[in-house]
Amino acid sequence: MNTAQKINPDIFKQATGNDDADTCLEVLDLNLYYGKAQALDGIRLSIPRKRVTAFIGPSGCGKSTLLRCFNRMNDLVDSVRITGTIELDKQDIYAPSVQVAQLRQRVGMVFQKPNPFPKSIYENVAYGLRLQGVKSRRNLDEIVEKALRGAALWDEVKDRLHENALGMSGGQQQRLVIARAIAVEPEVLLLDEPASALDPISTLKIEELIDELKEKYTIVIVTHNMQQAARVSDFTAFMYMGKMIEHDATNKIFTNPSEKMTEDYITGRYG
Amino acid sequence: MATGIKNWLDSGTPWIWLNAAAVSSSLVMVLGLLLLIAVKGMGHFWPATIWDMQVQPLSDAAEPVQHLIGEIQDTESVSVASLRDAGATGLDGLEGQVERYLVKTGNRDVSGLDFRWVLAPALQARTRPEAVVVFERMEWGNLYGFVEQILNDGQPVAEGDAAWLELQARLERVERLRSEIRHLEKTEIGSINYRIERLRLDRRRLELDGEDTPQALAAIEQERSELQDRFAGLRQTLDARYREIGRDSVQVAVMGGTQVSVPLQNVVRAYRPNAMSLLDRVGFYFSKLWEFVSAEPREANTEGGIFPAIFGTVMMVILMSVLVTPFGVVAAIYLREYARQGPMTRLIRIAVNNLAGVPSIVYGVFGLGFFVYFLGGNIDQLFFPEALPAPTFGTPGLMWASLTLALLTVPVVIVATEEGLARVPSAIREGSLALGATKAETLWRTVLPMASPAMMTGLILAIARAAGEVAPLMLVGVVKLAPALPLDGNPPFIHLDRKFMHLGFHIYDVGFQSPNVEASRPLVFATALLLVAVIVALNLAAISIRNRLRERYRSLEQ
Repeated sequence: MNTAQKINPDIFKQATGNDDADTCLEVLDLNLYYGKAQALDGIRLSIPRKRVTAFIGPSGCGKSTLLRCFNRMNDLVDSVRITGTIELDKQDIYAPSVQVAQLRQRVGMVFQKPNPFPKSIYENVAYGLRLQGVKSRRNLDEIVEKALRGAALWDEVKDRLHENALGMSGGQQQRLVIARAIAVEPEVLLLDEPASALDPISTLKIEELIDELKEKYTIVIVTHNMQQAARVSDFTAFMYMGKMIEHDATNKIFTNPSEKMTEDYITGRYG
Repeated sequence: MATGIKNWLDSGTPWIWLNAAAVSSSLVMVLGLLLLIAVKGMGHFWPATIWDMQVQPLSDAAEPVQHLIGEIQDTESVSVASLRDAGATGLDGLEGQVERYLVKTGNRDVSGLDFRWVLAPALQARTRPEAVVVFERMEWGNLYGFVEQILNDGQPVAEGDAAWLELQARLERVERLRSEIRHLEKTEIGSINYRIERLRLDRRRLELDGEDTPQALAAIEQERSELQDRFAGLRQTLDARYREIGRDSVQVAVMGGTQVSVPLQNVVRAYRPNAMSLLDRVGFYFSKLWEFVSAEPREANTEGGIFPAIFGTVMMVILMSVLVTPFGVVAAIYLREYARQGPMTRLIRIAVNNLAGVPSIVYGVFGLGFFVYFLGGNIDQLFFPEALPAPTFGTPGLMWASLTLALLTVPVVIVATEEGLARVPSAIREGSLALGATKAETLWRTVLPMASPAMMTGLILAIARAAGEVAPLMLVGVVKLAPALPLDGNPPFIHLDRKFMHLGFHIYDVGFQSPNVEASRPLVFATALLLVAVIVALNLAAISIRNRLRERYRSLEQ
C-alpha cells in the first residue's frame, strides 16, 4: 500500500478554491531512520502558505518527527539519517550550503512544554533579536511590544516586562514562547502539541491566537486532540506508523475521509 | 512478642534511629573539635593570674623556700610510683596520686627555663601580688617581676608606685616611635631599596641588550644617586629614632631577687593582670586578639600575630580560584558539549576523577619540577635575564603555588561543571536552537548562565580543598617567614614571584618547628581556629554568590 501516491500536492487549491495559497513547504519521499529503525516512510506532502496544517495520528506515528524535520531539529540526534528532500520556498533545506541557524530563524518552533529561558519576559522575547545582532534599545522595545501584542500577551505583561518569565502561568509562558518565536518574523511556525500541557482556558487562548497568526505565518501544528485539529486547521494530515495516510482539507478529513484507517482513527476505533 | 520485634524492624524505625545516631555523632564530633580548638586556642589571650608560689623542694627539707612567680598553665595528676620510678626523692608518706602544676615562669634569659613542674605537696602557700608586672618582650618571651625603677639614659627618674605610671607613659612613647620606625623601614626605605634594585636590573638589562649608551647609564646613575641621597636622609632620621627609642629602660626585680634591666624598646606590652578588673581583662583580651589577627609574627612565629599568613592564604586561594575556574569550566564544556561521547571521553573522565585522588604532595613535586624549574626557569631566561643568576620566577612563589593548587582542584571543578551542564533541561537548549542560535550562542547565552551555580559549587569544593592544603605548598612557595607581603605599594603591586606565608604551614611551623613548643602550643590551636574561620568565610562568600545565581537561573523543574 503506497499511500503517499494518493496525496495530491494541489489538493489545497481545490479544497479552498483559493489560488493565492501556494506551496510553502514541500516534502518529497522523505525517509527518516533512528539507527536502523525507520520512523518516517516515504512521506510526500505539500504545506500551503499562510494556512494551518494539522498533523494527527496515534502516539509514535512520527508526526512530531516529521515536524522537527522542517527546522532540522532532528540534526541534534546523533543516530538520525534522512533521505529525500524538504523544500522551503523551492529550496532544499537539507542542502549542504544551508546554514541551520539561518533556517531556524525562518522556521520557528514552539514545543509541547513551555520552555521560557530563566530570564526576564523582555529578554525572552528579545533573545532571537539579540542573536541577529539587534542592539538598539528602541528597535528592541518596538519589536518586543509588537511580538507580545501578536501573541495576545502584551496587556497582561506590559507592567512587568523585566520580571522573570518563570513567574508566569503555564498558558502565559506558552504564549510568551510564541511571542519569542514570532519576534524574529519567521515564515513558518511549527507548533508541537502547543496546548497539551495547558488548561482549557489557556488552550482556548492559544487556539484563538493560532487563528490570528495564520494571517501572517504558515502554521504546522501537531496535536493529539482531534477537536483541536478540527477547530484550528485548514488542512489535516493523518499519519500512521511513519506513513502519511491521508492529507486533505480538514472538513473533508473529518466528514468524509477517503481512507478507512482515517475514519477508524477519527471515530475512535484505535489510537 | 517475636512478631512485635519483626513489626518494629519492618517499620524501618531502627534504621531511622541508626541514621539519626550517625548524623548526630558526626555533628557532635565536628562541634567538639571546634570547641576544643576554641577553648585551647582562645584562652591564650586571656590575662592569666600571676601567682607568687612558695615552694619547699620535697627532696631536701633543709633547703630554703623558693619563690616562683608565674602563671599556672596546666594541672595534672600523676601517680607517686611513677614519680619514684623517674628518680624523684622526698616522696615519703605520699601514696596514690598527687597533683602537679605546670607553671610558666618566663624569664628565659635569666633562668634558662620558662616552664617548670611543681608538685602540689611542695607548694606551701601562694599569693597573688597586685604589683607583679608581665612584660611581653620582642625577644626572650615574657618576663614576670616587680618594677623597681625607671631609667632615663641610665639615670633613675621614678621609683615605686610612680614608676608604674611613668612606665606606661614611656611605653606609649616607645610604641609611637616603634611604629614610626616600622613605617620608615618597611615603607619608605623598602620602597627606595626596591627602586634601587630595579635600577640595577635596568642597567644590567641595558648591558645585556648592548644598549648601555653613556646617556642611558648616566640617567640611571643620576636617578640612583638621587635615591641614595634620599636614602641617606632617611637613614639619618632612622638612626635618630633608634637613639630615641633606646633611651629608656626599666629595672625589674624578678623571682630569686635578681635585678634585670629591660630596655623599653624591647617591651611590647606591660600589664599587671592581678590588678585588672574584669572589664580591663576583657578589653585586654580583645586587644590581644586583635594583635593576633592584625600584627606580624615575632620571635620565630611564637609571638605576635599571624596577619601575613592570613593574607597569604586568602590571596593564594583567590588567585587559585581565578586560575582554576576558567580552566575547569572550559574543559568541562568541551567534554560534555563538544567531544564525541565514547570510550575516549570515558577514559578522560576516569583520568580526571583519578587526578582528584592523587596525593597532594605529588602535585607539589610536579609543581616544583614543571612550574618552578621548567616554566619559571624559562621565563627567567626570556624575560628576566638581567636578574640572573638570582631567579625571579624560577623559584617557588605565589604564582606557582596558586597554579599547583589550581591543578590539584581542577578535577572538582570539571566534575561539578559537567553535572551542571547535564542538568540544564534539553527543552531550554532546543528553545534556543529553534530561535536560530548556533550551539556556541546557546551555550554562551543560556546554558552557561544556568550551569553557573554548579560551577560555583565546584569552586566551593575547590576552595575548601585548596585552603586546607599544606604539603604541596611547602615545595612551591610557602615559607616560614616572608619578608614582604605579595601585595604592596611598589609597582606592579601584585608580586606573583614572591614567597608567602600560609596558615596551614604556620600551624606546622609553630607547633613543631619552633624553639619553644610548649609556649607556642596555644597559638597552634588559635591559628587552627583562624584557618577554619578563613575557610568558612571564603566558603560563605562563594555560597552566597551561588545562591544568588541559583535564584536568578532557577530552572524549569517546577
